[in-house]
Amino acid sequence: MLLALFSILLMTLDHREHLVEPAREAVSGAVYPVRFLVDAPFSLADQLSERLATRSQLVEENQALRRQNLVYQQRLQRMAALKRENERLRELLGSSERLDTEVVIAELMRVELDPHTDLVEIDRGSEEGVFPGQPVLDANGIMGQVDTVGPLSASVRLLSDPSHAIPVEVNRNGLRTVALGTGAPQRLELANVPANADIRDGDLLIASGLGGTFPRGYPVAKVASVEADAGEPFAQVTAEPVADLHRSRKLMLVTGTEAKDGNDAAAADEARPSADGHEDEAS
Amino acid sequence: MTEQQARKGSGIILLSFLVALMLTIVPLPGWAQGFRPEWTALILLYWSLALPQRVGVGVGWLAGLLQDALLGTLLGQHALAFALIAFLALRLHRPLRLVPIWQQALAVLALLLVAQLVVFWINGIIGRPAPAWQAWASIPVGAAMWPLIFYVLRGVRRRFQVQ
Repeated sequence: MLLALFSILLMTLDHREHLVEPAREAVSGAVYPVRFLVDAPFSLADQLSERLATRSQLVEENQALRRQNLVYQQRLQRMAALKRENERLRELLGSSERLDTEVVIAELMRVELDPHTDLVEIDRGSEEGVFPGQPVLDANGIMGQVDTVGPLSASVRLLSDPSHAIPVEVNRNGLRTVALGTGAPQRLELANVPANADIRDGDLLIASGLGGTFPRGYPVAKVASVEADAGEPFAQVTAEPVADLHRSRKLMLVTGTEAKDGNDAAAADEARPSADGHEDEAS
Repeated sequence: MTEQQARKGSGIILLSFLVALMLTIVPLPGWAQGFRPEWTALILLYWSLALPQRVGVGVGWLAGLLQDALLGTLLGQHALAFALIAFLALRLHRPLRLVPIWQQALAVLALLLVAQLVVFWINGIIGRPAPAWQAWASIPVGAAMWPLIFYVLRGVRRRFQVQ
């Protein structure tokens, strides 16, 4: 009876106040060995297959990577020039936003979490400076944000989780909206898009930086379908995340001063009237 | 029962819970995910039926709490569900020990259903969407696993003389 009351109290605190964050971190640390044990055979198999790869495979992979690297180098050269230009223009406008971001590479642990939510576990925790709300990217775009943190691991809530929302804008024309998770793996819904809004199939949605959690400018999703019914005030718009939410193994955690800059940008943006009253949060 | 025996037995019980927690988070192929039984609840039910004086509400609560931390669910969600079914199992352990195994499996089905209902009910309260129908598949699978779990754990218990 006492335990039942205690668990109800605990759940309430966990849900409403986030007061038990330290307790959660401690328990999460306590169960880390279980996660490690489950993940270990898989990582071992990975390592073995890397060791046992034939020379020709390695040479081939190496060449492919070199070619890719060359292409990226070339893009980076132009990027440096564009960045300087952008900074100059921003200085003219008096904006404080910065574009630099630093990332930490993390790897997915092969353990499964609650089947009714879209959470994944990564092998970095508060020891490496991971914090709740930290944006997580893969090679193609935003994947989600850090939800709870343990000392050596953290769980990440993916964009597709039904309780997740991310403020986005259409890259083509700056139309702002919010992309909500649906629980289906590769499908997001856009909230409150007016039926006559200028939005089409294939439009790229990027993070708008509102709400301060996600840095501005990273790609989020591509519009997959637009259904505008003349009788309805809002269009039904679905989008497909550009990140491979359920396939990527290597993730990037955005670190550094970015969160603060994001807040500045959000504060600046919030001064203007916006079409939506939503803020991104995962509760 | 000497003190050393007690310690040894505890090790076995702890190990069985550890294995159950590991099985709970082992990745499965997509189609099989809905059929993953609640291993921790099954192990808990076995021990609280077999050794009601040692494994009960407290152990169930603790196991549930660890499972909450593992799964990233609300802290206390599984703890409450598991404490409740451990309590019910303690209440029922005398009649349940006498009936044939398939009737025990039916009782386990009911208890697993109770645990699952508590978890879903809390999900509903905090505004998570209703589970898909596949989510209920784990309960009959769990009950079907019961004879296996029962005989394996009884073998383990006799082998290591946990009492």
